[in-house]
Amino acid sequence: MSTIEAAAENAHDAHGHDHDHPSFLAHHFDTPEQQFDSGKLGIWLFLVTEILFFSGMFCAYAIFRMLRPDVFEGCSQFLNTKLGAINTGVLLFSSLTMAWAVRCSQTRQNKGLVAMLASTLSCAMIFLGVKAIEYSHKWEMGLLPAGLFTFDQNNPHPETDTHYLFYICLPFMFLLAGVVLWLIISLVRGNEFHVKCAKPLTVVAICFFVGIGLGMILESGDSSHSEEEGLEEEVMMAEAVELGNESVLQKISRDDTNSGAKSELIARARQSDTAGTSIVQEGQIISGAIVSVEEDVMTKRQAGVFFSIYYCMTGVHAIHILFGIGFLVWLLVRAVREDFNPQYFGPVDYVGLYWHLVDLIWIYLFPLLYLIR
Amino acid sequence: MSAGSIPSGNQIKDPGYPTSSENYLTNSKGALSWLLTLDHKRIGVMYLIGVMTAFFGAGLLALLIRLHLFRPEGAVFSGPEANNWYNQVFTLHGAIMVFLFIIPSIPAALGNFLVPVMLGAKDVAFPRLNLSSFYLWVAGALFFIAALLASRLDTGWTFYTPYSTTTDTSVILATSGAFILGFSSIFTGLNFIVTINTMRPPGMTWFRMPLFLWATYATSIIQVLATPVLGITLLLLIAEKVMHIGIFDPEFNGDPVTFQHFFWFYSHPAVYIMILPAFGVISDLISVHSHKRIFGYRFIAYSSIAIALLGFLVWGHHMFTSGMGPLTTIIFSALTFTVSVPSAIKVFNWLATMYKGSISLTTPMCFAISFIFLFTIGGLTGLHLGTLATDMHLHDTYFVVAHFHYVMVGGTLVAFLGALFHWWPKMFGKMYNETGGRISALVIFLGFNLTFLPQFVLGSRGMPRRYATYDPEFQTLHQVSTYGTLLLGVGLLISLVVLLRSLYKGERAPANPWGGATLEWQCTSPPPFYNFDRPPLVGDPYDFSDIFWDSENERYVTIEPDRKIAPVEQPEPVHAEGNH
Ligand code: HEM
Ligand SMILES: [Cu+2]
Repeated sequence: MSTIEAAAENAHDAHGHDHDHPSFLAHHFDTPEQQFDSGKLGIWLFLVTEILFFSGMFCAYAIFRMLRPDVFEGCSQFLNTKLGAINTGVLLFSSLTMAWAVRCSQTRQNKGLVAMLASTLSCAMIFLGVKAIEYSHKWEMGLLPAGLFTFDQNNPHPETDTHYLFYICLPFMFLLAGVVLWLIISLVRGNEFHVKCAKPLTVVAICFFVGIGLGMILESGDSSHSEEEGLEEEVMMAEAVELGNESVLQKISRDDTNSGAKSELIARARQSDTAGTSIVQEGQIISGAIVSVEEDVMTKRQAGVFFSIYYCMTGVHAIHILFGIGFLVWLLVRAVREDFNPQYFGPVDYVGLYWHLVDLIWIYLFPLLYLIR
Repeated sequence: MSAGSIPSGNQIKDPGYPTSSENYLTNSKGALSWLLTLDHKRIGVMYLIGVMTAFFGAGLLALLIRLHLFRPEGAVFSGPEANNWYNQVFTLHGAIMVFLFIIPSIPAALGNFLVPVMLGAKDVAFPRLNLSSFYLWVAGALFFIAALLASRLDTGWTFYTPYSTTTDTSVILATSGAFILGFSSIFTGLNFIVTINTMRPPGMTWFRMPLFLWATYATSIIQVLATPVLGITLLLLIAEKVMHIGIFDPEFNGDPVTFQHFFWFYSHPAVYIMILPAFGVISDLISVHSHKRIFGYRFIAYSSIAIALLGFLVWGHHMFTSGMGPLTTIIFSALTFTVSVPSAIKVFNWLATMYKGSISLTTPMCFAISFIFLFTIGGLTGLHLGTLATDMHLHDTYFVVAHFHYVMVGGTLVAFLGALFHWWPKMFGKMYNETGGRISALVIFLGFNLTFLPQFVLGSRGMPRRYATYDPEFQTLHQVSTYGTLLLGVGLLISLVVLLRSLYKGERAPANPWGGATLEWQCTSPPPFYNFDRPPLVGDPYDFSDIFWDSENERYVTIEPDRKIAPVEQPEPVHAEGNH
């Protein structure tokens, strides 16, 4: 690298136009505005490619949902709306802090910038923590992509000795340990810059486990659902409504943790209560959307495809969150170094745009996957 | 254009020759100064070496394919695995040619070198991203070669499901390679769009840009818009292979035709990634070597953009026989015809440019003329394939093989070679042997036609593509084709020798050996590290009126009427014997 830099220096001197080049302005740009505009156009184009990248999966979603709406509605019950909603909230909040960070960088509020970047990062970590709970729970139940799908409705919680949650947490534990070690070493050495970086990052690393905790609380809150006792009766009532045709909904509602299916059933039972018997006339079936589900929908070839799409979409989204975390950490270190000023805040702005896009995609994923009823 | 044609009373403008500390090739030394360079010209040269290597390797595989087809029962591979070997060889040939050679050839190798210089900028907008594109290309290439060594990939370059999800060959390695290459391509395109939008010096308006830049811009749009879809398609294919997600795999309720839709949504626009830069090259070559203003500048410029956009609407023509609905196929067929309109506009404009021009039959011009000839055949046969009734018969036959080789080899490769001969003096500062160059152009033209014309006949008589053996009735035509390949190979070798020889024996190239009016000819050959000391004076890129042949020094020069700087007290009347 040194040779090139030397060459660049030489050339600079030879042409003698470094007098108006501030240190943040790359040599091939004439003005800071040109540099900023280039970056801005570049990041927008990049976001376009990101949208197109996801569009492939949205197409797949649209195709299969059109072909089998029943499968999508039935399987969507397995996704825990509470966890999804919490994550939506977390991401929305992180968008706020991100926008705030951009503002701070424009107004030379360095402390604020660091704080806002750290908050954004913490939200990202909480998101991943909650996601880890969701994923590991489904993996234990065998709700996996088509080829690996092993879910058995008669035994929704098979004994497994693989502790998926532990494996997901492992890298984050190492991360936390690493950051704490870094903090301690730099405290001992009295290196102020490193301390300033490591402190917020420690909080960030802890936040992953906050997310895990949050997810666990919400999950367990579900299985101790107060309406659980009444479930058997409700199911029977629902069965009556459907003239003995046991629907998949009833099957999947036997799973304690499937709060969505349960509440659906309860709601339907209440509905038929209030409607009296008048709905069930001469073999008519109430045309609730789920009633027409085939019985064998919880198979590799049906539900499996739904979960494939679910994992592909949320997985690729999670990878984007991971990349975003990488960028944000880089920004945080630079912010501690006080790199940004009202003339030069491009990188914060660009990462901000990326982060908003990642949020936006989740805003679409959440209703499309979790909220189908 | 004869000796002494420089009108007197004029100033000659010529940048002369670069010193070795200015010359981008020599201004810093050592392998690292190349490997870590951020200079777009050096990155272009590294790409050039890379794509030529890929071309050479895939070319050898092509030779192997053709030699095998010399006999009906197969001449090269034998034994129980013969057909598998054949499948692997044509797969690697196609995949390497498409992903490693043609797509990056003109845009990445020549585009990197030319775009900033032609634009009058110091570099592309994101030099670091540019270097990382190159390394992504290298990484993708390595994955491909790993697939070659892990061997047995035999899906064809299209990776069609369900075969690609059931075969246990190295699909994952190869698709990962293509995935990485996709990012390389996206970043290059993104870089060029931003460069052209924000880095134009004062005076460089959109309509003063050389047509090569318009073509590059259109190409970049496709690269940015289409390649991500290939990315996700390949990712889903990998996921399908690893955990059977059931989107493409019929065993789990997936739909293989969905894969075809996804794939061609990228790959049809991708064929325009391959050909549009070639259009740009030809527009410049024809105009410069005819020494005449390009005819219909705006038409050519806009037709590039039109092709880029229309190209997104016709992917279905690759799937007429895959079981789409009749209405869908009719719509796709009609749209396919519309794309040929802007292509035809370009061809007519090139011919009109040559008409009454003073054509120098230099090597680049020879390639440009053979491009027009060959591309026209390739494009017109595309219409046979876009017509529903004929495509039922021609689909998956050698007719398709001949069609796309006419556009990709007769079109893109020939334009690439033309561009290489045209800008070689600028890139390396050496002149090559003209006679040798012209002979190679002629041999390539003959060899190419001998190889692929018979394939049209073969295909229309029913010879299917991708078969290792065939009926004896096809033997003669196959043999002609194989002889043609050998001739084509000889032609390409001559080109290579001519170019490499020039590096050692060639004369020093003047700044403007052809009489071009675009900005790259205003800086020295090779250009200095910074391209331009100060933002260059931007004129009309196709105005040749002030460019004259200086026979004494064997170069073209730009002339300017003499001007006295700052007339002191008494302004004297300027003597007006010059032009005007
Ligand atoms: C000018 C207008 C063009 C038209 C109307 C056209 C039309 C077609 C059609 C209809 C097919 C499908 C044939 C079949 O599979 O039955 C096809 C195949 C193909 N075309 Fe073109 N084409 C055009 C230009 C080009 C260009 C410029 C390129 C590349 C530089 C190209 C590359 C290809 C390739 C690679 C295939 C075969 C892909 C495969 O199946 O492996 N075409 N073309
Ligand atoms: Cu096509």
